[in-house]
Amino acid sequence: MLRARITKRFPDAADSAGFTLNIEFEATPGVTVLYGPSGSGKTLTLDVIAGFVAPDSGRILLNDRILFDSGAKVHLPPRDRQSGYVFQNYALFPHMTVRANLAFAAHRLPRLERHRRIAELLDRFRIPDLAGRFPHELSGGQKQRASIARSLIANPGVLLLDEPANGLDAPLRADLHTLIGEIRESLAIPVLMVTHNPEECFSLADQVLIYEAGNILHRASPSELLRNPGTVGVARLLGGFNVYEAEAIALDPGRQTSRLRVLGTEIDGPNLRGCFRGDRVAVCARPEELRITTRPGSNRIRADLQRVTERLQAVRADFGDELIVDTSRAEWPALREAGESDGWWIEVPAGSLRQIARTPGSSE
Amino acid sequence: MGIQVTVTYPMHVDWFPLWLSLEVATAATLISVALGLWLAWLLANREFPGKDLVDAIATLPLALPPTVLGYYLLVVIGRSSWIGRLWESVTGSPLVFTWRAAVIASTLHAIPLLIKSSRAALESVDVACERAARSLGASEWRLFWRVSLPLARRPIAAAAVLAFARSLGDFGATLMIAGDIPGRTQTAAIAIYDAVESGNTLTARVLVLVISVFTAAVVLLANRLEKRRVSH
Repeated sequence: MLRARITKRFPDAADSAGFTLNIEFEATPGVTVLYGPSGSGKTLTLDVIAGFVAPDSGRILLNDRILFDSGAKVHLPPRDRQSGYVFQNYALFPHMTVRANLAFAAHRLPRLERHRRIAELLDRFRIPDLAGRFPHELSGGQKQRASIARSLIANPGVLLLDEPANGLDAPLRADLHTLIGEIRESLAIPVLMVTHNPEECFSLADQVLIYEAGNILHRASPSELLRNPGTVGVARLLGGFNVYEAEAIALDPGRQTSRLRVLGTEIDGPNLRGCFRGDRVAVCARPEELRITTRPGSNRIRADLQRVTERLQAVRADFGDELIVDTSRAEWPALREAGESDGWWIEVPAGSLRQIARTPGSSE
Repeated sequence: MGIQVTVTYPMHVDWFPLWLSLEVATAATLISVALGLWLAWLLANREFPGKDLVDAIATLPLALPPTVLGYYLLVVIGRSSWIGRLWESVTGSPLVFTWRAAVIASTLHAIPLLIKSSRAALESVDVACERAARSLGASEWRLFWRVSLPLARRPIAAAAVLAFARSLGDFGATLMIAGDIPGRTQTAAIAIYDAVESGNTLTARVLVLVISVFTAAVVLLANRLEKRRVSH
């Protein structure tokens, strides 16, 4: 279990605006994804936990061991923190073979155990044939395996991965995801992974921390996030959500329904909490929850097709005004023909709309 | 007739200055590497008060006229200075006007080069590699010997080779502090000057030739070390 409360201020400099990291979170064994735009403090968080950067104040505990405590003036050096860090460029020592790289990390283990441990990790990461090679003789994926193996040699209490999928092509990324899955299964340690890829965020994480401008906006499991991103800011950062402004026309808390005006059309909506008639609230819906039709009807909004993009799993049709709809490839050709002659109406099922908060400091 | 010629222009060349120069330069290079690497590491890795001042002082010998440097050395290790007196009371003989003084002068002459190049080389080592070593449990000592130094070895070796060439050629500071005592402190550079002054053309030419060939070889070696580093 990792607990961190960190404040770190970087004053304004000649070439950069000031930045403040102010975060607090817990990470249990499993994968915690640090998700957010570049420069939001994700890698800095890893650096602070690893001990490369000293925070101004706060406290970091790893399995009840104090790594940092500003009050007690404790700041363990990186070598005593037992954190495995996998760097973005892998940081394998270029003048050492893969085996020597692993041996470098194993020097604190008892002499007899070293060889066994190195052999074990070479095997587990399926790189025993590469043991005698130098880093410049390895492919990107192999370097990454070697780097992760090296970081795990000394049984760290936490594994820190800084954008591990960066620069890997799709098959290697899939490999990496399997690998991280295996690590999660076999080692009961917190794994902190920095990414700005939402796919990775949803497929690997047990917990997601959404970063923006040095703060954690939201902390949730991937399924919670998909169900309800919570705030406009988070929905925007994750992408893949249509966000609307809705005006409450009528509210029926008894039947858990409401009438909303969305994009100029009155539709049925879910019950809105803490809301009065006439209030304007933010709601969101995912592209695959909306439906493209070619006839008017209840909960349907008239729209014009702007753009179509082919995606791996679906066809994404953009009707402007954040009416983005995913539809199956099989249905699309017939639908498109009908729509182009009859016009488009997008159905927004009442259940697809979720009320979300407009948070201060978000991109909204 | 031939005898007369040998009397006026002696045919034998005294090799002592050359050997002395090589010994002094070797000792000065070894000291420069040890001390220079340590200072370079400090400057590259540590923040301490007066760091800029140390950096400036370390560069000064490159910029100061050698005679000025020699004068300062006289002040610091001369017979009336406390270092000079301490040395004399421990060893029984003065430090100045010995080959040891020549080593000190050469070291001072050569060390800025080593500090500058080594610092640049150490600073160019990938920060991620250093951080990785630290988070893998390495002490600063282990990090230096196993990671930083091996990764920076080529430019440091090149600087050491150049430092050797530079200490081989020191004239001004050595003359001031070690003097020109034939058979004791007369290095090659000083012997050449002496030979020219006294019209001993043969000695001058031979020494000039040997020093030139040797230095050219050293510079070639340094350049090769630099080049291999770029392609590595």
